[in-house]
Order: sequence, then C-alpha cells, then structure tokens
Amino acid sequence: MYKHWWKLIGVVSLYYTILRGFTGEIPHLPILEESIRNLYFHVPMWFSMLLLLLASTVYSIKFLGKNKPEHDIIASELAYTGIFFGILGICTGMIWAKNTWGTWWTNDPKLNSAAIGMLMYFAYAILRDAIDDVEKKARISAVYNIFAFPVFVVLIFVLPRLTASLHPGNGGNPGFNQYDLDNKMRLIFYPAVLGWTLLGLWIAHLRIRVKKIEKIINEN
Amino acid sequence: MLLAKEVKVLLHKELLTEWRQRYAINGMLLYVVSSVFVAFLSFHVVNPSSWNALFWIIMLFTSVSAIAKSFIGESKGRMLYYFTIASPQGVMLSKMIYNTLLMLALSLLCLSVYCMLIGNMVTNIWAFALAAALGSMGMAGCFTMVSAIASKANNSHVLMPILSFPVILPLLLVTIRVSKKAIDGLDFSTFMMDFGVIFFINFIITSLAYILFPFIWKD
Repeated sequence: MYKHWWKLIGVVSLYYTILRGFTGEIPHLPILEESIRNLYFHVPMWFSMLLLLLASTVYSIKFLGKNKPEHDIIASELAYTGIFFGILGICTGMIWAKNTWGTWWTNDPKLNSAAIGMLMYFAYAILRDAIDDVEKKARISAVYNIFAFPVFVVLIFVLPRLTASLHPGNGGNPGFNQYDLDNKMRLIFYPAVLGWTLLGLWIAHLRIRVKKIEKIINEN
Repeated sequence: MLLAKEVKVLLHKELLTEWRQRYAINGMLLYVVSSVFVAFLSFHVVNPSSWNALFWIIMLFTSVSAIAKSFIGESKGRMLYYFTIASPQGVMLSKMIYNTLLMLALSLLCLSVYCMLIGNMVTNIWAFALAAALGSMGMAGCFTMVSAIASKANNSHVLMPILSFPVILPLLLVTIRVSKKAIDGLDFSTFMMDFGVIFFINFIITSLAYILFPFIWKD
C-alpha cells in the first residue's frame, strides 16, 4: 500500500471534485451562471497537461544526458498523456465557450495558441513513428521535444498577453482568482488540480509500465 | 576563435557550392516570382490585411522549401566528411548564417516583386523591411534546425512542414502583427514591444539549435 498512497489521494480528490463540483455552492455571476462549475474541470486539466509536458521535457533532457532508454519511454508516454489531457482541456473549453460566448470556437489568441500547441505535439508523435531505429528515434524525438517546449511556453504564456483576448486572465480580462473565485470555490478548485494531475501521472505510469514490459518481451 | 574561423570556412564553402550549382538558387528565385504571380492572377487584393497575410504565406512556403534542402539535401557521405573535420556548432552556425543570407535575399526579391505586381500598401516601408528581415532571420534559424531533425527520419520532405509550422507560428504571428502596424503607418514606438518579442523568440530558437544540434548529427 505504501507505494500506492498517491493514487488513493488522486481518486479521493477526484470523487470530491465531481461530487462537490456538481452540487456545491457557486456564486451566481451573470453569463457564467452554472457553467462556472467547469472551472473544476477545464482549468485543472490544462494545469495537468502543462505539468506532464514539462516532466516530459525534463526526461528528454535526462535522456540526452545519460542515454538511458528508460528515460525515453518515460518522456514519450508523459508527452502522449499530456496530449490526451490537452484534448480533454480543449473539449471542456469548447463546451464552456459555447455556453458563455455563444460559439464553439472563436478567433482568440489563447484558443489558437492552445490548438497550435497541440499541433506541435501531434508532430512529435508523427516524428516518433517516422524513425525506425529505436536509439535514433529516442535521440531525435528528445531533441524535438526540448526544441518545442519553450516555443509552446511562449505560445501559451507570452503571446496571448500581448493582444486582447476574451479568455480570462489575458489582455485586461480578469483571471478568476482576482475577485470572483471565492473561498468556497477554492476549497474544490485546489483538490481538483491535485486530483487531475495525479490522474494524469497515474495514466502515464501505467503506460510506461506497459511499454517497459513490451520492451522486455520484444528483446527475448 | 577557432569556432569563428571554422564558421568562416564552412560559410565560404556553402556559398561556393551554391554558386557552382546555380540551379538550386535560381530555382528558389523562380519559385518566389511564380508564387507571387500565381497570387496576382488568382485574386484581386484590396485590403491591407489580406495583402499582409498573403505576403507572409508566400514567405512561409518559400522559406520552408528553400531551407529544407540545407540538411535533407546533404548526402550521407558529405555529412560524414563534415563529422571528421568540423565541430557540430560550426556546421550549425554556418548553415544558419548562410540560410539567413538566403532568406534576406529571397524576402527582398519577394517584397519587390509583390509590390510591383500587387501594389504597395505599406506606409512605413522601413519598419516593414525591418519586420521582414527579423522574420526571415527567425525562419532561417528555426527551419535549419527542423531540417536537421527531419533529415534523420523517413519521408523527411513530408515531415519538414509538419514539424516546422507549429514551431514557427509564434514568430510568424508576431511578425504579421508588426508588419500590419507598419502597413497602417503607425509610429515606431508602438511596436518596440513586438520587436522585443521577435528578438526574444529568435534568441531562444538559435540558442536551442546551437545546444541541441550536437545530439542530432552523430549517427
């Protein structure tokens, strides 16, 4: 059990998030109304994706430094899980946009940045498939991963701040934590961040284990 | 010091090979002219926004196809030869500088043909030229690196645009915005911030390429 405590925390906080998230008290703000509950899903999913992609980049750097095949497996599976969370984030964001802005997608810098970021990691996946040699695949994709991540950070954090944006937290638009995230919501929001992040790590963990077993089977 | 000398020799060699097989550079020049001509024939550009976007789309495709060959076109034997005589940093820097020069020439040509055929809509031409120069430098740096990455994979000509478009987009978006401001004739002071961001992105891309290239090139 001592090894699995973090999975338990993840599951418990997700249950808490879902139960309290759908039933808990919310401040009734104009336009947002009930859709503010998406704060417990959309935002933590993006946090989780960012963390997974950051970890993936760290493991890519580690791989280039030490040349251990294990680090490549970890880096790639973290990136794939990051992509999965990115897609979830985009889907939840689209539902939210439909309900508050009246459209699934708008020509908004933050939304477009997110989409471009996803394209970058899809390209990473395609690059991995296009190289046959295992060692070479690991090395080249690690280089692309490290090359892409800073650009991704510029895309997500720098560019949207330079222009006007509908999305909260950009271009003069207030972020949620400024005044409308009241303390009751914080009590659910922070566990939600923890829960979704741990879920992401768990998924990545399982995938890494599967890949390692596959590797052993292929070698024998 | 040693690196500077090495870069100089390699750059000289790049220019010399380009001069000896002129079909490549002539091909690129023709590519620019004919894409502008296709754009001219296909539709009538009236507003500055689409003028600007069209210019940068032509530049984007030109630079991808011009720079893709910098590593993808190199034969295996020649790369092996570089490997024995030069440092990876030297090879990368010389290719980047060469491609920057190439892109500057191509963007100048593209801009003049474009203005001639479609008409000049730029008010502040110096600011636009500066934006075009900075954008071309960034594209040169980024695409040189991506070309090195793509050259190691199968089907590298297909991979090249897939890998490079998302990476170049932040730079391209800022450049498009600056050049729009230049077209509208805004004052220099209004886009200092954007130039700063372009410099910053160029710096990140170039230094990452410099650091990461040694890992790519050994086989």
